[in-house]
Amino acid sequence: MATAAEEEASRPFAGLSDVSISEDIAVEGDISVPVGPSARRDDEFSTLDEPVKETVLRDLRAVGKKFVHVLYPKRSSALLRDWDLWGPLLLCVTLALLLQGGAADSDYQGGPQFAEVFVIVWFGSIIITLNSKLLGGTISFFQSLCVLGYCILPLTAAMAVCRIVLVAGSGAVSFAVRLVVVTASFGWSTFASTAFLADSQPTNRKALVVYPVFLFYFVIGWMVLTFSPSQ
Amino acid sequence: MSADSGNRNTNTEPWGSFDDNLIQGGGSAVIDMENMDDTSGSSFEDMGELHQRMKEEEEVTEEAAATEDQEDGEFLGMKGLKGQLGRQVADEVWQAGKRQASRAFNLYANIDILRPYFDVEPVQVRSRLLESMIPVRMINFPQKIAGELYGPLMLVFTLVAILLHGMKTSDTVIREGTLMGTAIGTCFGYWFGVSSFIYFLAYLVNAQITMLQMLSLLGYGLFGHCVVLLVSYNVHFHFLFYFLWLLCGGLSTLRMVAALLSRTVGQTPRLLLCGTLSVLHMLFLLYLHFNYHKIVEGLLDSLEGPNMAPMQRVARDVPELSLNATMRSLVPQLRAH
Repeated sequence: MATAAEEEASRPFAGLSDVSISEDIAVEGDISVPVGPSARRDDEFSTLDEPVKETVLRDLRAVGKKFVHVLYPKRSSALLRDWDLWGPLLLCVTLALLLQGGAADSDYQGGPQFAEVFVIVWFGSIIITLNSKLLGGTISFFQSLCVLGYCILPLTAAMAVCRIVLVAGSGAVSFAVRLVVVTASFGWSTFASTAFLADSQPTNRKALVVYPVFLFYFVIGWMVLTFSPSQ
Repeated sequence: MSADSGNRNTNTEPWGSFDDNLIQGGGSAVIDMENMDDTSGSSFEDMGELHQRMKEEEEVTEEAAATEDQEDGEFLGMKGLKGQLGRQVADEVWQAGKRQASRAFNLYANIDILRPYFDVEPVQVRSRLLESMIPVRMINFPQKIAGELYGPLMLVFTLVAILLHGMKTSDTVIREGTLMGTAIGTCFGYWFGVSSFIYFLAYLVNAQITMLQMLSLLGYGLFGHCVVLLVSYNVHFHFLFYFLWLLCGGLSTLRMVAALLSRTVGQTPRLLLCGTLSVLHMLFLLYLHFNYHKIVEGLLDSLEGPNMAPMQRVARDVPELSLNATMRSLVPQLRAH
């Protein structure tokens, strides 16, 4: 009687040994550890002693490669695998600097503009990432930030073009040109980011994830389009 | 029976003898589950616990003996002291680390608390958006209110984007703050603030609605606002705005009011709750429109007359106003002197 009870009772606990807590935490779906840097560090443990120029150049080359991936978006996972936030930071700072000197009555409108861009870009990305995770996405937090940040590249390029066009004049023609350029780059950004993000979502919910991305780039595009330099 | 009492008397361990649980049932053939220990499902675990406890006791007695020796002897037992101190410090660090890790885990896991509220399909969102403009006449039975947060959140963000558009085209100049901050503050403040206020009132009058449902209801009610503002920020016809204000604002308010009516009992509570909500909702749309839109000069004069729109942020006719104010303040002073 006792042994039978023992056996019955011990069976529920039998499976305990292979349960791991991490199954309950919906963490990064495919734990893609950035293979690059750590492997390199293991192989040549003297990257600490290498000249700074090499380190900087290597990072710049990685950033540049990702820029190319954004410009020609195809379903590759390179952006996701070795994510880094240097590119988004560079782009954010460039965009904020280009948006400086906007037409404003007071001097202290220039300050908030810079901070505004930063806040919009980073908090917008965080919110979109949280949203996609809550909808059941398999992408990790920083991977998503990386993708959204890199896909601002077309809008930054459009900002540079707009600034150049505005030097020529700010009439109706220039507005039309700017509108076309900004719309094209906004579409490009949205398309590029969805090419990377949409794969990580269940198929029927892609629209739910794409809409906030659309809003995000729309707001940034709107900031770019309505920029007018001070006289 | 005598055997049982004899066994019970052989309790030597302070935690209660292991024999207690097995013998509790006495002579009955059925093992009473009530008397079983928590882990006494498997005797394997019991044995493990037993061994663990014995080991811990040994350690405790060892430590006690060691400290006694140290205290008795001279105070140059540095190794022993350091060992114990080291162990305590390590234990402390371990506890602190564990506490931090569990706190971080709880913080992360809190995001998962929101997960069920985002479990929607695009079709559902679309149908709820359309339904938010269609009031339902059934007020004798509680209406079903969807408890999701995705739609309302996206609508609030859309409203923020539309507000930004309106602010930019009206050349609003915000002196202390940023455009973005104002827009986000206004929209989120309205959503959270009015939801909480109406939920508080509902709690007072004992209406059957939860905070989540209120947030969801009000969020979807902003769909009408988005539509109206999108149109009126681009087409500056005041008649059109008033017409849309009544139509779309009214429809979405009616829908929310009907949902609340169906969940409230009593005439006065219903009046209070629904009156407050309608007033706040309609006034918010008026506020959003008049605060952030560009006044088209010629058209406006013919429709509005001499009324100035409330809360103008763009300074107009500043020299005249300040001159009048100065005159008004100076004249009494001159008269007094």
